[in-house]
Amino acid sequence: MSVETDIVGAVHTKVRHDSARGHVTGQAQYIDDMPLLPGTLEVVLVTSPHPHAAIVSIDVAAARAADGVRDVISANGIPGDNNIGPVFDGEPALAEGVVDYVGAPVVAIAADSYDQARAAAALVKIDYEVRPAVLDIEQALEQELYTYPPQFMTIGDPDAAITKAQHRIDGEVRCGGQDHFYLESHIAMAVPGEFGDLQVYCSTQHPSEVQHGVAHVLGVPTNEVTVEVRRMGGAFGGKESQPSIFAAIAALLADRTGQPVKLRLRRDDDMVITGKRHDFLFRYDVGFDPDGRIEGVDILMGMRSGNVADLSPGVLARALCHADNCYYLPNARLRGYPCKTNTVSNTAFRGFGGPQGMLVIETVIEHIARTLGRAVDEIRAVNYYSTDDRNVTPYQQRVTDNIILPIVDRLRSEIDFDGLSSAIDEFNGANQTLKKGIALMPVKFGISFNTPKLNQAGALVHVYTDGSVHLNHGGTEMGQGLFTKVAQVVASVFQIDLDNIKISSTRTDKVPNTSATAASAGSDLNGMAAFNATNTIKARMVEVAANHFSASVDSIEFRQNRVYAGNESLSFTELAQLTWDERVSLSATGFYSTPGLSWDAKSMIGNPFYYYTYGAAVSEVVIDTLTGESRVLRTDILQDCGNSLNPAIDLGQIEGAFVQGQGWLTSEELVWDDAGRLLTHGPSTYKIPGSRDVPPIFNVHILEDAPNREATIFHSKAVGEPPLMLALSVWLAIRDAVSRVTGHRHLPNLDAPATPEAILMAVDDIKRRDSQTPSPAKV
Amino acid sequence: MDKNVDISLSVNGQEVSRRVPARTNLVDFVRYELELTGSHVGCEHGVCGACTIRVNGAIVRGCLMLAAQADGATVETIEGVSESSEISDLQAAFHERNALQCGFCTPGFLLTAQELLSQNPSPSRDEIREFISGNYCRCTGYQAIVDAIERVAGERRQAAE
Ligand code: FES
Ligand code: FES
Repeated sequence: MSVETDIVGAVHTKVRHDSARGHVTGQAQYIDDMPLLPGTLEVVLVTSPHPHAAIVSIDVAAARAADGVRDVISANGIPGDNNIGPVFDGEPALAEGVVDYVGAPVVAIAADSYDQARAAAALVKIDYEVRPAVLDIEQALEQELYTYPPQFMTIGDPDAAITKAQHRIDGEVRCGGQDHFYLESHIAMAVPGEFGDLQVYCSTQHPSEVQHGVAHVLGVPTNEVTVEVRRMGGAFGGKESQPSIFAAIAALLADRTGQPVKLRLRRDDDMVITGKRHDFLFRYDVGFDPDGRIEGVDILMGMRSGNVADLSPGVLARALCHADNCYYLPNARLRGYPCKTNTVSNTAFRGFGGPQGMLVIETVIEHIARTLGRAVDEIRAVNYYSTDDRNVTPYQQRVTDNIILPIVDRLRSEIDFDGLSSAIDEFNGANQTLKKGIALMPVKFGISFNTPKLNQAGALVHVYTDGSVHLNHGGTEMGQGLFTKVAQVVASVFQIDLDNIKISSTRTDKVPNTSATAASAGSDLNGMAAFNATNTIKARMVEVAANHFSASVDSIEFRQNRVYAGNESLSFTELAQLTWDERVSLSATGFYSTPGLSWDAKSMIGNPFYYYTYGAAVSEVVIDTLTGESRVLRTDILQDCGNSLNPAIDLGQIEGAFVQGQGWLTSEELVWDDAGRLLTHGPSTYKIPGSRDVPPIFNVHILEDAPNREATIFHSKAVGEPPLMLALSVWLAIRDAVSRVTGHRHLPNLDAPATPEAILMAVDDIKRRDSQTPSPAKV
Repeated sequence: MDKNVDISLSVNGQEVSRRVPARTNLVDFVRYELELTGSHVGCEHGVCGACTIRVNGAIVRGCLMLAAQADGATVETIEGVSESSEISDLQAAFHERNALQCGFCTPGFLLTAQELLSQNPSPSRDEIREFISGNYCRCTGYQAIVDAIERVAGERRQAAE
């Protein structure tokens, strides 16, 4: 796959986002911007106020009679199967018999206007019989309440290794969840067609799953439902499984009333009703040698699954598969418990368990460092995967493309890590209240869906007789630039300028049976499918050209919008016309499935990842030991993108993912009260990073000359998720600052998110512990 | 009691008269009544800035102002300032530096940036970060947005010299 760059918009060039012009003028259309069809109804959901209760009765008579109301439904109005579970059955769109979290949709009201629907919602009377609720991870662990059976991964003999090791530590750490806070909240609009057909516009990363959900709930064959999405106003995993609920309800109401129906969640409802990143409780027990080399680990992961499984099996598998991060764990037992709680089911969120898995092993590394009185990076150095030996993961995949060491070494030396660290010592010595900290974070992230069957994609390409090209594929655009990248692939194969390619909305009737645009694999999968479709057409055009020029097929060359046979040539447009004249098809589908993947979900052994993406970051922070406030002062990043398909877009992914990760680890705190209600259900109480939170010095570099060893699309690498985990450098730097308060003698008691309150408590705690230990002390 | 009000205002240079429910806010009015959908609704309570609209020359949160309060006012939305080319350099810079991903926040940022540059033609990076801190972007991490605004500030200064 060689690439010429003498066309406009080839792969590896910094093409701008295809919708950018539309975005800066406000012309790019989101679903809520579509002109309303006459008679469009709006929907309001009546949701459960209780975390756990039996539904005794539902009285909708008054609501039904209210002004403007056209339809009211609850679970018993569902003609098909009330089941939208992405992995397991039995996950309802509307609660049936019981409600099991605050915010569970019970009744849906469609009215002429949103205000009328809202007014009618207040008239619905639901009698509940409140049941005891389980609201936290510990409680679920104690009572062994899981949404599906726990997942275990074991390699070697961890018990023996831990017992025999010269040093042994144990500990506990937690990380919180995270609301996606896509700026465009969930929305679905269903339009009834003829003979019961339904067209559903839905802000979703997974149109095929929405299509299935709608068909199930309506009890109709899949082919009666078409789902379409041109773009989303952000998604981040939150629109993978969750949109099915809203699309199914809108579709059902549209089907019953014969009118178009729009369901847009207002922000507070969105935050209460939909799932978030999984919060985790970790407990670890580790044995290591005097150099800090890990000999055995036992890690318990208590993951808040929420009321149902949703995508939890995949998230937990990925957390378990990333509890090694970049480190060789010869003997490990990793135990994952999907805790069933009466809180909203957690779901996919950029990183999909990976960030959580890495957080615990990084805590372990730091704990070892503090125990031995050594620098954290020294402990990392002895534990990194090697290239030839010491390279088998706990799930028994061999790490064969390891480049973490050169990345870390280069980053550390380029920024003079040791110099920065000594400057911090000086600063901290001269300042009583403010204390700085610094930390590195290495990342190795496995690319592919953990479940092999999901790693497939389709594309559809048409060439018209004027040489213009229509491109469609199963991937969805949520801002990440996927559409641009795939169009670059097509342009490069045909060797025509990018503006000849029309990018079109994702539709289930064009490319069927697709996977979610997720797992960072969007361009890997859809880029390859489009590559294959384009090459199919190109091969046919080559035949036609060869006949035309009486030349051999091998001599035909596509170059700079033309097609050559020696000195003779045709424009691409002329050849397109000629191909049609010759009655040869100018349309093709393309398909791709990632090679070489295997996974046994029971034993948790296999080769789930096609390759790994690597990266490293260093962050420097300052904390105020009297208020607990923290600021990130500087971050430096070196990220592997393989042979980047589009360095400009990848840069944006890195910057954006990092800042989003920083939010998860510092300011974004989800707070529930004792009655299971989310208290932080709007941006006035839930704080995502703002422009002032971004490191004022923020140097991001893409690793150069690092083509993917695997035959991915033009040897690029996936980039959507990996940089989010680089933000752990911020959390680790805050921990470093706390630890420096007492001369690195103790491990801080600081979970994520490191809010000012948490930092303040950690500082007080570490001072107290230090004053109680005779110095020089250890943990 | 009549819950509707009659309002007349200028929107992007055109006189508009409508009878609207008194509780309609300005952003919903321009979006659904006038079909100017470039102003977006992100949070509905004044925090995210996606709904930023210019009223009588100053930016406001379209979700915190009632349409009725704009009676007699001059209202400008992203569509209007795009049409007039007033912010074409900012638009070009946002495009060029990829200061947008999903784009949902972009119109709000552009209007906010324009307000900043009209008040302070030479803002420092810190001042830019400060001024736009009332607008949320969940995608870009703000770096590209700050870069784009900084660049336009420089270009405008040069052009003025
Ligand atoms: S929608 Fe107005 S500030 Fe968020
Ligand atoms: S580009 Fe998506 S919110 Fe800013």
